[in-house]
Amino acid sequence: METKKTSLYQLHQDCNAKFVEFAGYQMPIQYSEGILEEHKFTRNHSGIFDVSHMGQLFIFGGDELIKDLEKIFPLDLKNLKINHSKYSFLMDKGAGIQDDLIITKINEGFLIILNAACKVNDFKILKGLLNEKYKMVLDENRSLIAIQGPKSSQILNEFVDGVKNLNFMSGNWFMFENQKVYITRSGYTGEDGFEISIPNEFAYKLTRELINRGSKLVGLGARDTLRLEAGLCLYGNDLDKDKTPVEANLKWAISKERITKGDFIGSDIIIKQLNNGVTKIRVGIKPEGKVIAREKTKIFNQLDIHIGEITSGTFGPSVNGPVAMGYVENKFSKKNTKVFLEVRGKKYPASVCSLPFYKKSYVKGAV
Amino acid sequence: MSEVKYSKEHEWIKLEGDVATIGITKHATEMLGDIVFAELPEKGSSVEKDGTAGVVESTKAASDVYTPVSGEVVDTNQEIVDDPSKINQDPENNAWFFRLKIKDKSEMDSLMNKEDYDKFAKESNS
Repeated sequence: METKKTSLYQLHQDCNAKFVEFAGYQMPIQYSEGILEEHKFTRNHSGIFDVSHMGQLFIFGGDELIKDLEKIFPLDLKNLKINHSKYSFLMDKGAGIQDDLIITKINEGFLIILNAACKVNDFKILKGLLNEKYKMVLDENRSLIAIQGPKSSQILNEFVDGVKNLNFMSGNWFMFENQKVYITRSGYTGEDGFEISIPNEFAYKLTRELINRGSKLVGLGARDTLRLEAGLCLYGNDLDKDKTPVEANLKWAISKERITKGDFIGSDIIIKQLNNGVTKIRVGIKPEGKVIAREKTKIFNQLDIHIGEITSGTFGPSVNGPVAMGYVENKFSKKNTKVFLEVRGKKYPASVCSLPFYKKSYVKGAV
Repeated sequence: MSEVKYSKEHEWIKLEGDVATIGITKHATEMLGDIVFAELPEKGSSVEKDGTAGVVESTKAASDVYTPVSGEVVDTNQEIVDDPSKINQDPENNAWFFRLKIKDKSEMDSLMNKEDYDKFAKESNS
């Protein structure tokens, strides 16, 4: 199968991107300055991320659609305000996570942002679950550009007036070059920022505007170090079908109101796990030394018994040391529990820690 | 007179008397990206030609460092362990990895000279 290119492919090339194949797309892993600089620039200034490989699924409908989606997602969608977003997941009957996503209520229905590697399958699953009752568009004609970091609001607001007034996890339609663009105040780096859904033909122009105003392109490499420092999950690593939202320590994203009724896919298991606890759970892991423990690294307790596995691990540029997360047996999940990580045949000390590694600076209200 | 030679695993080796200084090439650092971790062999240990003698990690992945010749480790460069970014800054001079008292000078014969290595690196890049 031929790999796909996003509408910014030429721009990435012009900016000396190194490409990597990701979920069937040629995506920039880094540019000439490298992952460390790109990471720090995002934390201190403003980074642009081409995330056009992610799925933008529009589902059109009214009250009936809300009811039908509540049978799928553990969210209180009927009380969600127009233009507000929630983090959620698509689960199977056993509450296994098939994808994690952001769902936003819009006037015409819902916009759901899906992981690139899952989007086609998600579309099929949702179409089946909704019995083809609603118009659904997995929109390939729109790009998705994220701008993240403390200067992002000022930069974007210079030419898209009003975006600075958006609250975190909410969005709206704005105009750019006479085009309707949907902008949400959100992101996946632990920084304040925006995600811009824009017709493909205008993605280049918008990105150029951002660059001209001081923002810089940042690749998937830094996106990974940023999200891990922020304690955010990567589907395929930290989340998959063998893990439930309760095990993934994401129960905060499940609506309390919906749990009492329990009428969504996977609710039996979720309620059971919330009442009885889980055997494994996702935690932050901080290695004591400099050794990096990557995915699939085995975790041992002080008696040298295998108690879990790392699911994501790298060097955290803002933490200036190794960071990781993984799943351990629940009884070893308490903060500061001493553990050992087996890297290249040797065991290195580490401890269970709370997430994030890097403190968020999301804007809660209007500035 | 010292000559620098190069391995297919992208190490450079400089022989002075019977002591060889070994590091990784600029080309290797460009492929790896920002190096954030380095592990070196223990002083006094013995390493065998083409065997693993260390590890470097970028933010993306871990890679083994091989030794192009056999010998006893007589010195290691702690500076690159303390600040691995030095490897990206000056890979073929100050950011050497380890020094070996070599056993068999003829092991150098199969290694590449600068011109051959540059050609090899260019080809392996495409």
